[in-house]
Amino acid sequence: MKRLLRGAQWLLPLLALWAVLPATAQSPNDATFLSTLGELREASYSDKENIVERLSQSGHPSGRAVLTALLEDRLYFRNSDQKVFIVKTAGEDPLSLIDPLTLKSAGSTAADQLTQIGTNNGLRRVLRMALAHFGLASPDASVRLDAVREMMQSLDEPTVALLRHQMAVEKDSSVKKEIATGLALAALDGTDTKARLQAIATLKDSVSQDVRNRLALLLDKSPDGGFVETNEQVRRAAATAVASIDRSRAFYSGIETLFFGLSLGSVLVLIAMGLAITFGVMGVINMAHGELMMLGAYTTYLVQVAMPGHIGISILAAIPAAFVIAGLTGVLMERTIIRFLYGRPLETLLATFGVSLILQQSVRSIFSALNRSVVTPDWMSGSLRLNDALAITYNRLYIVIFTLIVFAVVMLVLRRTRIGLDIRAVSQNRAMAKAMGIRTEWVDAMTFGLGSGIAGVAGVALSQLTNVGPNLGQAYIIDSFLVVVFGGVGNLWGSLIGGMSMGIFNKLLEPYAGAVLAKIFVLVALILFIQIRPRGLFPPAGRASEDK
Amino acid sequence: MEQNKREGVTLWYPSASGDRGGTWLLAVLGLVAIGVPVFNQLVPVSSATHLSVFGITLIGKYLCYGMLALAIDLIWGYCGILSLGHAAFFALGGYAMGMYLMRQIGSRGVYGDPILPDFMVFLNWKSLPWFWHGFNHFPFALAMMVVAPGLLAFVFGWFAFRSRVTGVYFSIITQALTYALMLAFFRNDMGFGGNNGFTDFKDILGFDLHSDSTHVVLLVVTAVALAGSYLACRTIVESRAGRVMHAIRDAESRTRFLGYPVESFKVWIFVFSAVVAGIAGALYVPQIGIINPGEFAPINSIEAVIWVAVGGRGTLYGAIAGAVLVNYAKTYLTGAFPEVWLFALGALFVLVTLFLPRGIVGLVQARVKDK
Repeated sequence: MKRLLRGAQWLLPLLALWAVLPATAQSPNDATFLSTLGELREASYSDKENIVERLSQSGHPSGRAVLTALLEDRLYFRNSDQKVFIVKTAGEDPLSLIDPLTLKSAGSTAADQLTQIGTNNGLRRVLRMALAHFGLASPDASVRLDAVREMMQSLDEPTVALLRHQMAVEKDSSVKKEIATGLALAALDGTDTKARLQAIATLKDSVSQDVRNRLALLLDKSPDGGFVETNEQVRRAAATAVASIDRSRAFYSGIETLFFGLSLGSVLVLIAMGLAITFGVMGVINMAHGELMMLGAYTTYLVQVAMPGHIGISILAAIPAAFVIAGLTGVLMERTIIRFLYGRPLETLLATFGVSLILQQSVRSIFSALNRSVVTPDWMSGSLRLNDALAITYNRLYIVIFTLIVFAVVMLVLRRTRIGLDIRAVSQNRAMAKAMGIRTEWVDAMTFGLGSGIAGVAGVALSQLTNVGPNLGQAYIIDSFLVVVFGGVGNLWGSLIGGMSMGIFNKLLEPYAGAVLAKIFVLVALILFIQIRPRGLFPPAGRASEDK
Repeated sequence: MEQNKREGVTLWYPSASGDRGGTWLLAVLGLVAIGVPVFNQLVPVSSATHLSVFGITLIGKYLCYGMLALAIDLIWGYCGILSLGHAAFFALGGYAMGMYLMRQIGSRGVYGDPILPDFMVFLNWKSLPWFWHGFNHFPFALAMMVVAPGLLAFVFGWFAFRSRVTGVYFSIITQALTYALMLAFFRNDMGFGGNNGFTDFKDILGFDLHSDSTHVVLLVVTAVALAGSYLACRTIVESRAGRVMHAIRDAESRTRFLGYPVESFKVWIFVFSAVVAGIAGALYVPQIGIINPGEFAPINSIEAVIWVAVGGRGTLYGAIAGAVLVNYAKTYLTGAFPEVWLFALGALFVLVTLFLPRGIVGLVQARVKDK
């Protein structure tokens, strides 16, 4: 560390110059750069650190590429002529080479003809720091932000000086904030009480775990019982700041839990929506609902297999495909089995359970009992980082959005279209609807098809969250029945609110009770809830709802 | 015979003019109780007609399932309560028996602890949890086999029926109940052996569970218990209370308005049914030799309902016949064509509900009538 300090000290003014004025940098001397690079071959690790600093100071346009390559173990020299090369991808044979000066391709050489230039931990730290300095000069604010974060890992004097300089020229507010945090962290180590208090005041607004831990250090006691930090004013300020950070972190983790709950709730709503239509509107208990979701998930898999080059689009293409396949299966079920059992809910339950077994076994026979892997497209992986304490994964975010879209579409279909009107009419008064000339049989088939199709769409979403296997449907089916019963049969809004609150309740309990117990609590709570409101949050009204 | 047409299914009221199906059932059970000991103990092992322990276990299993089906038919066929969680009571009875059998192992377990069962030693528990005390005494365990399922049924039924949770709502929450119990029993810290459950039993009341004669006796006990529960259920449905149950099944609101305490009838019949299921489970465990949380799986309960539907709902003996037939088919098909079993079971569900709403008994009765 000391050596690094010493090295960086004289490197700093030049670096700062380079960082601020990249365009006017002195025309680099290729020969010097190459010979410095050549020294890397036989240098000891400590000499290498020196060389790295000289390379980054050289201002040569390929300096950054070379240092990155060295950090990633992609810098080699050829045994025959001792020339240094960057290797395109490590681990290949032969290795394709890149000229370190021009950064153009330089043919390829067998791997055993090349020797890697090694690094160790200390050297890598120096390299990262040097690259962070490069990063500060980047026009891309997110690169600058990463560079600042990297530099905050080791705040020595030259780094602080560089950060201070950057602070003056930085335009982006988030980078600025990060630099301010870094500077404040550095100022904590100073001796000026006023500056330290000000630093603590700045840090108070941070939510980062690192900052919190750093501040908490000020409150530590030394083994002899006295405080490590002797200044009481600083200590008191630090204590307040830690409490404040803890509060905001707790707040953000609360938001995160809430979001987890929402995303779990969305899954439940997505599943329950189809049920709300078949069970709620038609009074049919479809035990094969889970298996229709499974069909949707397998459709996603098949669509991906059919278009291997377009994983990103395949998910979107799978949505209508799954809707059609599950919907057609539903219509087939309605026409061949369920229509003979209207008015006998318990028998329908058993018959559809039989269908679910047949569907499960068919899938097992066709695709084997093993899980199929559905690829998550790039645009759905990763997470949205809102601040140091809160990051939201994209797939959960998209599930929530997707659920809301599906919900809106279903609502629109039911409220604004002819078929929706027919569906509502038949569910309210079958005989009257028939007298008005509505083909109730056809409407029944379409309603069941709609509910089943939505199950298929839910299956597409589930394929991104769980394993796609023959048992996919069973895992969620009981929960989603409970959502429908909880929300009130035949009420889509009830399903939405019921599902979301069940999801949130579940996730809120999880930290205290563990996943399994939380689930049990939710089930017990629901069983108790049904005692109080046997017909759910939004009970169906009117004569039609009696004795169903 | 009086008939009542509702929900498109014709269900028979019990008639005073004899119980032919029941007579047949009791005769068959008597034959089993006499025949099994003869074919196992008296016929030499070399003979083709010798009944192996495997065969006895199988018959015992069918009879236990028959008893579970009987319990379901009592409430579904006669009181219109479709429980999709009845296997939970079966499993609870089984667990009570399992706890007794675990305590009987004593120091013969793998770890040789005289008090703690193996899985507790494995989990590094130091003392017996409170709810395990007393299970080393058979009478206490016997009481618990009845009390545990009965109490759960009472609490659950009291809450559910009092707030008038009926029909499919009741079915769904019973399913949730057994699902929740399954999740709970899978947990190691519940103190019921986690997902391994209880197994490796040694003896019952001092008799070796690995000997033929113990199995024979257990089977005879099961047959007697089944006959006894059949007669008890028959008595209930033929009694005045049984008449009220039919009324509840056919027109619940009307029965209530006539002044009958519908909820009490439902709760008590539900508790009785749960106790019968619990005893069936308790008899099942020593014969099969294992009990684990898989018994709580919702599919088990639903399968049991289909036995009743196949045999003939609302007949009692039909439910028992259905359980034996479907399970025999299951044993045969899972052995001969494992791929086909779920297809067959699924098709059975569909076909029976569509074409045989009164099950096999209905089919037979129709034949008899034609002649």
